[in-house]
Amino acid sequence: MITANLSLTDAITRIDGPLLFAHRRVDVGLNEAVEVIGSDGHARLGRIAALDDELMTVEILESTSGLSLTGTRIRFFAEPISFSLGPGILGRIFDGVGRVIDGGPPIATHARMPVDGAVLNPMRRKKPEDFIETGISTIDVLNSLVRGQKLPIFSGGGLPHNRLAIEIALHARLRQSKEHQESASPFAIVFAGIGVPFETAEFFRRSLEESGALGRTALFLNLASDSSTQRLLAPRFALTAAEYLAFVEGRHVLVIITDFTNYCEALREVSASHGEIPGRKGYPGYMYSDLATLYERAGSLQGKPGTLTQLPILTMPSDDISHPIPDLTGYITEGQITLNRSLDRDGIYPPVGVLPSLSRLMKDGIGRGFTHPDHPALANQLYASYARAIQVRLLANVVGSDGLTPDDRLMLTFGQQFERRFIHQNKARTLDESMAEGWSLLRQLPINELSRLNDEQIATYIQPGAE
Amino acid sequence: MSTATIHWISGPVLRAIASDSFHIHEAVQVGNKGLLGEVVRLKALADGRQEITVQLFEDTTGLRPGDLLQGQGAALSVRLGPGLLGQIFDGLLRPLSGGEERNFLAPGIYPFPDQHFPFYPLVAKGAVLKGGEPFAAVRLAAAESTGNDNLTQLCLVPPHLQGTVIAIAEAGRYSDRESVCTLEESNGQTHTLAMSHNWPVRTPRPVAERLTIGPPLLTGQRILDCLFPVARGGKATVPGGFGTGKTVLLETIAKWCNADVIIYLGCGERGNEMAGVLDEFPHLEDPRTGRPLMERMVVIANTSNMPVAAREASIYTGVTVAEYFRDQGLHVALMADSTSRWAEALREVSGRLGELPGEGGYPAYLSTRLADFYERAARVQTLSGKGGSVTLIGAVSPPSSDFSEPVTTHTKRYVRNFWALDRKRAHARFYPAIDPLTSYSEDATLLASWWHARGNPNWAEQRRRFLTILEEQSRLERMAMILGKDALPPQQQLVLLAATLINEGFLRQSAFAAKDRFASPQKQNRMMTILDRFVDLAQQAIADGMSIEQIRNLPLLRRIQRMGEEIGEEELELFTQLEEAMEKALHQAQPRLP
Repeated sequence: MITANLSLTDAITRIDGPLLFAHRRVDVGLNEAVEVIGSDGHARLGRIAALDDELMTVEILESTSGLSLTGTRIRFFAEPISFSLGPGILGRIFDGVGRVIDGGPPIATHARMPVDGAVLNPMRRKKPEDFIETGISTIDVLNSLVRGQKLPIFSGGGLPHNRLAIEIALHARLRQSKEHQESASPFAIVFAGIGVPFETAEFFRRSLEESGALGRTALFLNLASDSSTQRLLAPRFALTAAEYLAFVEGRHVLVIITDFTNYCEALREVSASHGEIPGRKGYPGYMYSDLATLYERAGSLQGKPGTLTQLPILTMPSDDISHPIPDLTGYITEGQITLNRSLDRDGIYPPVGVLPSLSRLMKDGIGRGFTHPDHPALANQLYASYARAIQVRLLANVVGSDGLTPDDRLMLTFGQQFERRFIHQNKARTLDESMAEGWSLLRQLPINELSRLNDEQIATYIQPGAE
Repeated sequence: MSTATIHWISGPVLRAIASDSFHIHEAVQVGNKGLLGEVVRLKALADGRQEITVQLFEDTTGLRPGDLLQGQGAALSVRLGPGLLGQIFDGLLRPLSGGEERNFLAPGIYPFPDQHFPFYPLVAKGAVLKGGEPFAAVRLAAAESTGNDNLTQLCLVPPHLQGTVIAIAEAGRYSDRESVCTLEESNGQTHTLAMSHNWPVRTPRPVAERLTIGPPLLTGQRILDCLFPVARGGKATVPGGFGTGKTVLLETIAKWCNADVIIYLGCGERGNEMAGVLDEFPHLEDPRTGRPLMERMVVIANTSNMPVAAREASIYTGVTVAEYFRDQGLHVALMADSTSRWAEALREVSGRLGELPGEGGYPAYLSTRLADFYERAARVQTLSGKGGSVTLIGAVSPPSSDFSEPVTTHTKRYVRNFWALDRKRAHARFYPAIDPLTSYSEDATLLASWWHARGNPNWAEQRRRFLTILEEQSRLERMAMILGKDALPPQQQLVLLAATLINEGFLRQSAFAAKDRFASPQKQNRMMTILDRFVDLAQQAIADGMSIEQIRNLPLLRRIQRMGEEIGEEELELFTQLEEAMEKALHQAQPRLP
């Protein structure tokens, strides 16, 4: 679809940072998209940020370098920033503002959607409850992911979050069941790299290609060398593509966005250049609301087949979970998978720090009728025992293991075994395999320590055959 | 109605030139979509016109200078009437219901469907009514089918009106906006009344008298009812970092507390959680009435991705709805999740208006606004002489779980009950993760007599004892860090064991286990007494020479730890058996004297 092609030259009165002021000679609405074309012929995306009787303020979303007051043309689209989408986006590579960069032909447009998206009516949302098997024990048993959830990975520099994300993306499926063979088909993947180095982008592209999954993936790449204002648009374009696939085409979509820390840094930079009052650590006060407009785009609708699941990745600055970026994210998302550096040093893969990890929607997707009736009790007991093991480990660090009671020494061993046998895995496990491993670990503990299990569970899993 | 023309706009704030008069906080509708907004500033211009500054509650994309806006002549108001219960609304009390065409929310006014309700007049022509007195009753659909009078709502004369009834409609079905009653004031002025009336959200509804708070708002949660109770008409806050279980706790209270009406306010929270509430509540039964819980709920959902200014207003909307039900003589509980998001909205709006920031970037009036909100919690005598109450429970989401941040500290100044959530407990999946050492309840002393009259004369002592044991535990654990646990004398090891039992067997309560999610006062009394008795018996047994190892290895301990989950409300006699078994086990071991 070709949009209105109105343009304006020689109207610009001032350029200040990312803002451009021009005479309001055309009838234009707030937030509508424009292109600012300098005398270099390069088109920069922008939007109308403010309007008054004489002037309009354009926020330029790319570098302003090379623009001058004369010879610069502004083209108006008479609609908010939008993205032309069609079934052909799978298997293609885009830049952060939705332009094809793989050298292939343009996308045949089927729908044009504003990139800011619309608010999903909470009343029309479908409650997410379809268990996704990821092949990772610490996620499947302890922090289960369901379709329509947003579950971020809180990582740190140098930790294997990219490898984990790609493994989840490639393995994720509904559990095989005879009646629902078709629903076990793999997810369509939308991948957005925000401010990532070339190597990371290349790692994802290659992994997807080698596994043959590239054909069901749409890649959006905003490299570290691209403009930081564009970083703010990259996830919006990616999520719009995902919404198209989920709600127009009815697919199950898994969105991986890395790295949200770069997004927030860009937000801080842009906010500062607008002269806004900075909040905590210099990030703008509206960062919570801004992140929410992205994360909340996960979900599913009643009466519609598609779902949108988000797996955003963020690296915690100095591994600090109380830093504003992970902190605000944790308040919006439905849990978090936290990676732990000391587990990584011990050679445990995936180094999931179990205690600070959480999946809020897990309770709706597991248990009787979903996974296994004893799944919730098992998860609960593993959590309680591991938390106690960590507590005992602290005690043992001070008084030595000689100062411990015999029960405490058992807990200490349990903690080690749990990390080496349950958290650590060399290959993907099915849920049943993961659960069997969990039960076998609990068998090491005295019955009085297992207060989260009922007598029947004790008889079935812990002391089979005992009367 | 006054009109004005936009001459400047940026984000959700606009300025317009008006030739007629507007007033501060007047609601306006902007542009052809009819976007809702509120006047926040007025300035006289040299030419006699006025410049008004308006804050919009909705997305302003597409607005432009020259667009018109219309004043509504009144402050931001919501329509209060019989159509509220069991429904879900946005922050400005506009219904979110609808079919597929409303999958995504578009900004602007959309038509309210006219709802019809069965109307029963309660007064006759000639009756003299004061403000707040009922003139009619409305029986909701569910009441029609079940004959349950709890579901009858009253139509009240708006508080500021009074007069003689000169006309009243006959019983029958009417739209809630249709005129059904006419009042004549003594000065001859007449007013027509409908089943619904409008009320400005930022103005508290008047009452005849405020009363002392009480009796307890029973939540069915042991750690709250027995250790940190809140009274009807009281206020409590739940601060906790992310993942500590604020939302689950508030939802659990919403499900099981003994209020007549629940207002659940999702303020800047997750959309999927709202979907969960809507999916779950209609299928849950109120343990007291046996009716679906949804019938006594009003859900107000302003999720985090909805416009921020509406989030700021939603908290007032919620408490106004609560007061409306209170005025009918009902007990109302309002859960606000989360007040921090509301405070952030306040901060954002204040920043846009260029106000001077105070602590943490929040406007200097944050504390006043919090006080205004929490002071709307009260037990009252309504204008028509009935008793009613509004209990407020607000979650706080402190950044980095730092309880010294402005929203938590200011809230603490106005609430009497503080339920601090603890990350360590949440990590061990110990829910509700309320930390017994930092939480407090100022209402507890007031409520002791209620428990004493309900079958537990030792409630206050038992409560004190539990808190002491838990405090002692934290001291002993620090000591054990230095000496090793084995080095502690048996009586102190027993304190540790007792604390574990209190934690695991009493304070931990699964919100999802059928037998455990709700505990009646009777069950709570039984459990509290058993644990109290255990401590006595075990102390005696140790004094008589039993070893702590022996006590620790009693198979019975497992049963005590799991009693909440395994003994249901209909089988409370099992507690007697457990008690007997306990007496026996701890006496039996005694012959082994040294």
